[in-house]
Amino acid sequence: MTHAFYVYTSYGFAALVTIAVTLWTWADGRARSRELAALEAAGIRRRSAHPRDNSSDNAKDGE
Amino acid sequence: MSETSLAISKFSDLANPTRFLALAARVIPWLAGITALCFLVGLYLSFTTEGDYQQGETVRIMYVHVPSAWLAMMCYTIMSVSAIGTLVWRHPLADVSAKAAAPLGAAFTLLALVTGSLWGKPMWGTWWVWDARLTSVFILFLMYLGLIALSRAIDDPSKAARITAVLILVGFVNIPIIKFSVEWWNTLHQSASVLRLDGPAIDPEFLRPLFIMAIAFTLLFFTLHIMAMRNEIWRRRIAAQRRLAARMASREE
Repeated sequence: MTHAFYVYTSYGFAALVTIAVTLWTWADGRARSRELAALEAAGIRRRSAHPRDNSSDNAKDGE
Repeated sequence: MSETSLAISKFSDLANPTRFLALAARVIPWLAGITALCFLVGLYLSFTTEGDYQQGETVRIMYVHVPSAWLAMMCYTIMSVSAIGTLVWRHPLADVSAKAAAPLGAAFTLLALVTGSLWGKPMWGTWWVWDARLTSVFILFLMYLGLIALSRAIDDPSKAARITAVLILVGFVNIPIIKFSVEWWNTLHQSASVLRLDGPAIDPEFLRPLFIMAIAFTLLFFTLHIMAMRNEIWRRRIAAQRRLAARMASREE
């Protein structure tokens, strides 16, 4: 292939950027959903959230 | 309910972040799958189609350079529409959309600049020239970085949203300049060869991989954008819940 260096460097850099952005977005999503789960586990939930099972939640929280 | 009001209510349904999260959870796996498939076909075509009689194998750089340059401009346009959404309708997701899109736009602009440079060296004999097209795209890249910094420098999200939205709209003037720079000024960069009034000036041999790669890049952008918007909604909920917990704790003391 002529100019192989330029072609492969272009595709290599494209792969690097797209994979890095994808991994960053994915890792951010994972970290946030874990944080939300941790807050939920600590009993901190949104006021507007509909608890799936109100009675058992209240019993657990001792309210 | 009339058809218009039904359509409007469906649109405002999407403004509800909880509904958006439900939709995102359903859509993301499909979008990601179709993106991967398009990249497989696109990359196969990129390396199996013929080289150009003049440019040789370097024409293959076009299949990553052109889609990323398109995305760089499309992303800014999406951010501008979002900015209007923030300023005019106070749409709750508009600001989330603009904030989530900025880093993606910066990444694709950087990709367009670097692959363009790698294409310029063998074809023009230089990595970089300060001509109209290259300079205006470089300014776009700097604007993305500035917008990212600005929106993260202000703690209050609604204040950050309004200030950033104004700056996004001011910066939109750069988009037509980028698009028409090759016609208005003398530049090393070639003029438009795909979207032309008299049809594409590129052989179908090169158009096919370019088209598939453009679809793949666009789908990748939308997948990442929806994921990043979802992340941003989660981030704001976490912050709100932390504040609520802190208030409750101080009340108990």
